[in-house]
Amino acid sequence: MHELSIAVSLVEAACEKVVELGGDLRVDALHVRLGQLSGVVKEALEFSFELAAAGTAIDGARLLIEEVPVTVRCPSCDEPRRLPSVQHFRCPVCGTPTPEVVGGRELELTALEVTESCSPVSSKSAKGS
Amino acid sequence: MQPRIVEVRQGILKKNDLLARDLRQRFAAAGLHVVNLVSSPGAGKTTLLEKTLARLASRYRVAALVGDLATDCDAKRLATTGVPVRQITTGTVCHLEAEMVGAALADWDLDALDLLFVENVGNLVCPASYDLGENLRVVVLSVTEGEDKPLKYPTIFSAADLAIITKIDLAAAVEFDRQQALQNIQEVRPGLEVLELSARTGVGLDAWLERLVRPVGRPPA
Repeated sequence: MHELSIAVSLVEAACEKVVELGGDLRVDALHVRLGQLSGVVKEALEFSFELAAAGTAIDGARLLIEEVPVTVRCPSCDEPRRLPSVQHFRCPVCGTPTPEVVGGRELELTALEVTESCSPVSSKSAKGS
Repeated sequence: MQPRIVEVRQGILKKNDLLARDLRQRFAAAGLHVVNLVSSPGAGKTTLLEKTLARLASRYRVAALVGDLATDCDAKRLATTGVPVRQITTGTVCHLEAEMVGAALADWDLDALDLLFVENVGNLVCPASYDLGENLRVVVLSVTEGEDKPLKYPTIFSAADLAIITKIDLAAAVEFDRQQALQNIQEVRPGLEVLELSARTGVGLDAWLERLVRPVGRPPA
């Protein structure tokens, strides 16, 4: 299981982005795309993420994972095709075998949901006024 | 303040991928061909490597890095071939990363080498995610593991450049279904080149050595 290593890399990437954005914000959520051929298990990554994020600038952020199915290019149909099973790399329409993966290896931090934090007190008083 | 979405679009393993890219450039500049061997524990990577190094050492400048969670047993075994060998002990990490490879090579003169073998930690899952800057990723499958391994671990097969079936001298004893194994490999990675050999008896080793040295441009002895 290498999901903890992956989670640590994910947290580092997110924290670097926070610094890049000026640091004065709260990260509410991370959006991640996880390909079926990425070699990473969603549940294990979710579990590891909490551990990896604890005590960092993104502590408490939610992890929102979008799983990406495997898409291959069929050389006969000349079309991208979604594979119904990763045990059979063949076009689901015409049956031609193909090793050409065009989607499904993603292991990507796509976006952060952030809230700019002027101090919570001042934002409350701003609302009240 | 309103929450907002900041687009990032960054590979989670970007750091590893950048380090691997640097390594690949260094290898290319040094004219060094690098082979990453991956398999489950006990598939026979070390024995295969032992025979490979011994056979190549007289005509090529070869070296090896060996990844294991603990111990330097494999490095000691391989060092008996007389070629430079270095152990990478990963502790609890179940795979090699580009950074570990870079650190292990730090004081090696890459220009003085033709072929470098990297024996990954025995694991058919995690090493698939980490590019080490290698030129050739070889997945090793032994007949004793059974012919369904490729279907169980499609990710590592789909990311390999070459598959090797080892321990074929034991095929009859374990009733290995060769046709089924070859078919399963082609199901998860159509067109993948497959070599079959026994490191112990030497059957099939010539074709493997020939395949390895092809990029170096000189035939094996």
